Amino acid sequence: MNHSLLMSILILSPFVGFLINGLRYKKHNYLVAGTIATSAVFISFISAVFLVVDLVGLPPDSRRIAVTFFEWIRVANLSVDAGFVVDQISAIMILIITGVGSLIHLFSVGYMHHDKGVAKYFAYLNLFIFNMLLLVLGDNLLVMFVGWEGVGLCSYLLIGFWFTDETKAAAGMKAFVTNRVGDAAFLLGMFILFLTFGTLNFSELNALVPAAAETSWLGAITLGTLFLFVGATGKSAQIPLYIWLPDAMAGPTPVSALIHAATMVTAGVYMIVRLNPMFMMAPNTMMIIAIIGAATAVMAATIGMTQWDIKKVLAYSTVSQLGYMFLACGVGAFGAAMFHLMTHAFFKALMFLGSGSVIHAMHEEQDIRKMGALKKYLPITHFTFLLGWLAIIGIPPFSGFFSKDEILWMSFHSPLGHPVLWAAGALGATLTAFYMTRLMCLTFWGASRVPKGTHPHESPITMTIPLVVLGVLSVIGGWIGIPHIVSDFLGHLPNVWEEWLHPMIKEVPNMGPADASLEWALIATSVGLASVSALVAYHMYVRKPGSASRVADAMGPAYKIVYNKYFIDEAYFAAIINPLVKGSRALWYYVDVNFIDKCTYWAADVAKGGGALIRSLQNGNMQQYAMYIGIGLVVVLSILLMR
Amino acid sequence: MQSIDIFGQIGLNHYLILSALLFVTGMAGVLLRRNIIVLLMSIELMLNAVNISFIAFGKYMNQLDGQILVFFVMTIAAAEAAVGLAIAVNIFKRYKEVNIRFFEHLKG
Repeated sequence: MNHSLLMSILILSPFVGFLINGLRYKKHNYLVAGTIATSAVFISFISAVFLVVDLVGLPPDSRRIAVTFFEWIRVANLSVDAGFVVDQISAIMILIITGVGSLIHLFSVGYMHHDKGVAKYFAYLNLFIFNMLLLVLGDNLLVMFVGWEGVGLCSYLLIGFWFTDETKAAAGMKAFVTNRVGDAAFLLGMFILFLTFGTLNFSELNALVPAAAETSWLGAITLGTLFLFVGATGKSAQIPLYIWLPDAMAGPTPVSALIHAATMVTAGVYMIVRLNPMFMMAPNTMMIIAIIGAATAVMAATIGMTQWDIKKVLAYSTVSQLGYMFLACGVGAFGAAMFHLMTHAFFKALMFLGSGSVIHAMHEEQDIRKMGALKKYLPITHFTFLLGWLAIIGIPPFSGFFSKDEILWMSFHSPLGHPVLWAAGALGATLTAFYMTRLMCLTFWGASRVPKGTHPHESPITMTIPLVVLGVLSVIGGWIGIPHIVSDFLGHLPNVWEEWLHPMIKEVPNMGPADASLEWALIATSVGLASVSALVAYHMYVRKPGSASRVADAMGPAYKIVYNKYFIDEAYFAAIINPLVKGSRALWYYVDVNFIDKCTYWAADVAKGGGALIRSLQNGNMQQYAMYIGIGLVVVLSILLMR
Repeated sequence: MQSIDIFGQIGLNHYLILSALLFVTGMAGVLLRRNIIVLLMSIELMLNAVNISFIAFGKYMNQLDGQILVFFVMTIAAAEAAVGLAIAVNIFKRYKEVNIRFFEHLKG
């Protein structure tokens, strides 16, 4: 079929869904709204599949379906087209966005059925998909930026969807403002790249990158990529701008699954992979990315170990897993980053939807201290959640194992990597295994702590189908990227993933030959650590339920610090927000009210007073006019006579 | 005109001073009084002050122009008095008073 037609359907179908549901936003029928929205995304998914099938049919070196709808901007030497391109990277993204997106829409039909604003909800969700597609399909930074802002808006709208609750509205605002900081940096990065290369088009930018790496910290490429990376830390919740993501859990759970786990938060990773030849030529930026990624992975995991809110645990887990993706980008393993992005989209969307199912069953209860032994009430949710758990802690052959192992191996082996980065990654994996097992134990296993009067029940079929599909994907999703040594061991399975992405990814220079025994040792170490850690958690939370709190007490202040999220929010308040508010208030009071306003009032008073004075001369009293004439006559005559 | 010798001492300046006094008196009335009848009378006074100076200058210059002009002024004064009094009568009929402030009601 015609590519531009397919592309239009792919992009516009969710937008049409948004318009329809947006225009009937007052309607309460969740089935109608849900059907419209879900089918809009599903139509998108089908066109995405058609496009990707066509893409696969092309020879590997020229896999690129580009459609330019119209010339958008042409000013001086800035020329931007509304151009969209499906290539190896965006093909993966559109399949995830529309595929996982359809499943989450379907899940929402069941999850949101009691909500009054269901049509509005689906309208926002469709608008999000539309913007996300713009983001990943745009063939230049500006179109990407439009989508980038659009998804930020939808994220804000959906986090604060229940805006009558003030904390939820505040969470939405926090997400928006924090993202705004990143977006400003993204713009700066865009400006620098445009000034340097004179274009914003991805393929042109990647073709113009010089052959030699830039070693200076203040070079155009290093600065430009650093600013873009700061933009990515905002959207993808990395240190220092990750603080909004845990609060974003105020939104409805399917939103957390779609926006804050599977798609939007991976936009930063996608952007870096999209520009990987550029980033590759800025080793300093790469180093920063790797360090930030590893630090985020470990720090978020430690916080995740102490949280009691089922969604907060998953939120910190998401931050941590995104850290892995950035670690992968930072060591030049862009393919591994995309791979983890995909597997993470499967298992984290699954776990969020599973948690949504749990919350739904528990009548909006999110505290895992009030759960336990839900296995027998929610068999399907439990089983699929189990698959997600095995995937995220990296047990072979579940999908998470392959992607995480690839990242860990590359962070050790790549010339851009470092054993410390590997150690941080392995530590993160260990902690991940701990907190995820803790979540499983407290939610599904062990003794029941469900309060009396709550009767958990399995969710309706619209909610379990997405769980099952995502569960299957979480298991098999990793099999398309089996590492070389494992595939050699199993008898030469092809690494489909690597072959697929190969033309789009710049090789890391000076990559040494892989040492098979070392790689096996590292795999064994990380899997072993994760298993031990999972067993410890199982022991602590199921076998001897009191031991966890004793450990926490023994840790004393250290536990307090972690439990309170390292007081990062408080630190931001003390260091940035409060001084800013105080400064603004002072500026408002002293400069605006007492200076600028007073000046304008004064000017107005002068004009008004002068006007009043002159107006009193013209009062309509004929006798006074006659008097003026008389006075004028006398004055003129006196002057004439006196001379 | 030689028979009026008593007035031989009276020259142009005296007439002009009288005219000026009358004019100022009339003008003061126009400017200060509120009664329309008095106002019209004051205007009459001013016109006649001018008439005096016309005649005085006419005599002084030995020309008839000044005296001719006086007739015009008197005609206009009569017309003005007729119109002004007509309006004053109407105002009086309506407000039972001839204060000048009621003339504001003539505004369109």
